[in-house]
Amino acid sequence: MIPLVTEGEPLVRWDWIGRNLGEIGSLLADHVLMSVVPILVGLAAALPIGLACARWRRIYPPVLGVTNALYALPAIAVFIMLIPFTGIGSRTTVMIPLALYTLSVLVPSVVDGLAAVPDHVRQSAVAIGFGPVRRLVRVELPIAVPVVMAGLRVATVSNISLVSVGALIGVGGLGDLFTDGFNRDFPTPIVVGIVLTIALALVADGLLLALQRLLTPWARAGARDARASRARLASPERTAP
Amino acid sequence: MISFTGVTKRYPDGTVAVDHLDLEIAAGRITVLVGPSGCGKTTTLRMINRMVEATEGTITVDGRNVADIDPPTLRRGIGYVIQQAGLFPHRTIVDNIATVPDLLGQDKKRSRRTARELMARVGLDPALATRYPAQLSGGQQQRVGVARALAADPPILLMDEPFSAVDPIVRASLQDEFLRLQDELEKTIVFVTHDIDEAVKLGHRIAVFQVGGTLAQYSTPDELLAAPANDFVRDFLGGDKGIRRLRFTQELDAEPGAGTEAADR
Repeated sequence: MIPLVTEGEPLVRWDWIGRNLGEIGSLLADHVLMSVVPILVGLAAALPIGLACARWRRIYPPVLGVTNALYALPAIAVFIMLIPFTGIGSRTTVMIPLALYTLSVLVPSVVDGLAAVPDHVRQSAVAIGFGPVRRLVRVELPIAVPVVMAGLRVATVSNISLVSVGALIGVGGLGDLFTDGFNRDFPTPIVVGIVLTIALALVADGLLLALQRLLTPWARAGARDARASRARLASPERTAP
Repeated sequence: MISFTGVTKRYPDGTVAVDHLDLEIAAGRITVLVGPSGCGKTTTLRMINRMVEATEGTITVDGRNVADIDPPTLRRGIGYVIQQAGLFPHRTIVDNIATVPDLLGQDKKRSRRTARELMARVGLDPALATRYPAQLSGGQQQRVGVARALAADPPILLMDEPFSAVDPIVRASLQDEFLRLQDELEKTIVFVTHDIDEAVKLGHRIAVFQVGGTLAQYSTPDELLAAPANDFVRDFLGGDKGIRRLRFTQELDAEPGAGTEAADR
């Protein structure tokens, strides 16, 4: 076992960070790019697949089998398989498996989200005169948003963490800080990499949460009201006129 | 007027939900379809707006065969109220009420104003306009469901057990207000229930269905109670004892001011 922190060497050398801010920033930007693009691609692919599975329930089990198998593939193995096609050091090599992972997480989210639309709501949408497309866009998908967003948050955080593995095939991103620190037996970049990865994950998750609240004010209104009525039940004397 | 001529609904597995039904539903009145579960009353209702397609026979609305009308267009011209209200949880109360005017491409400002007027009309506090359905009680949600069905002022309302999911006191007050509203609006209403008390209270005409999807009797409440057509109808009315009780409550309801005045919150 190689000691990462040698005697007399501080865990973080601030002067190194100061000198390499530009480089760290560009790695961070690469990292963001390589996490976000696969999420968008994965989401764009998961929506039609999820819709198809919700529409024709019989294809869902086999589709789920395939997406689960994709999710089980180790990232590094996929990178190596892709290198002959996409080239070593290419960002595409990293982004393809991440898009597949996103897809694997989001297909069940889309299916579950649509299944969460109460039957009486769907029925009344039909009865009122929504055609199939309008019903999907104006009623079913908006109601599915909280479940899909939950999946999107998991996929996003997981992608941000997985992009680091790409450093092993030299595509940049914050993972470079780990390999660099490890190769030089120098802990500062490793610490910087970990802190930035976590910070990035937290920021991305926060942004998605904010987006979800913006898209679904109704979900919170209902929850708030349920809490309020529980509170009323707990202390009835307070609501007496 | 809505008329059924030789209408049958047979499912691919051979089950017959409605069997050679002939039925004339008068304009401007409340016609109640009543019967035990599996008697085809809801199927009959849903064939009017083509939520269910008839296998045989014709259904006409004011002389037009519904099979010739594009389903979404047909449905936008017919109000529909279901048991759990079926409100859209992601839209505010006014937006829910204005759904059909929106689908018809009507002016948003005007439809929102109409929606607020309708709220008052069905006994909802206009302050609830910007709330979401989850913030309302069951009785209030049901009122929103009725307001939504009325928003585009359709001549016909289909109501599928609209008051079954609320408690008895709220139900009685919803029924009373519904009758009051109908006195003003004079819509053609087809109302499905499994509750004979509700049928006698609300219906101008009552169609009693029996299992197998056939019509056992079609008459006014008075005729129904005075002369049940067969043993099935008599049993469904609760036998002689049930009939006496129904007559008694019918007389009570007929007295002015006898309606239950209860707040449903």
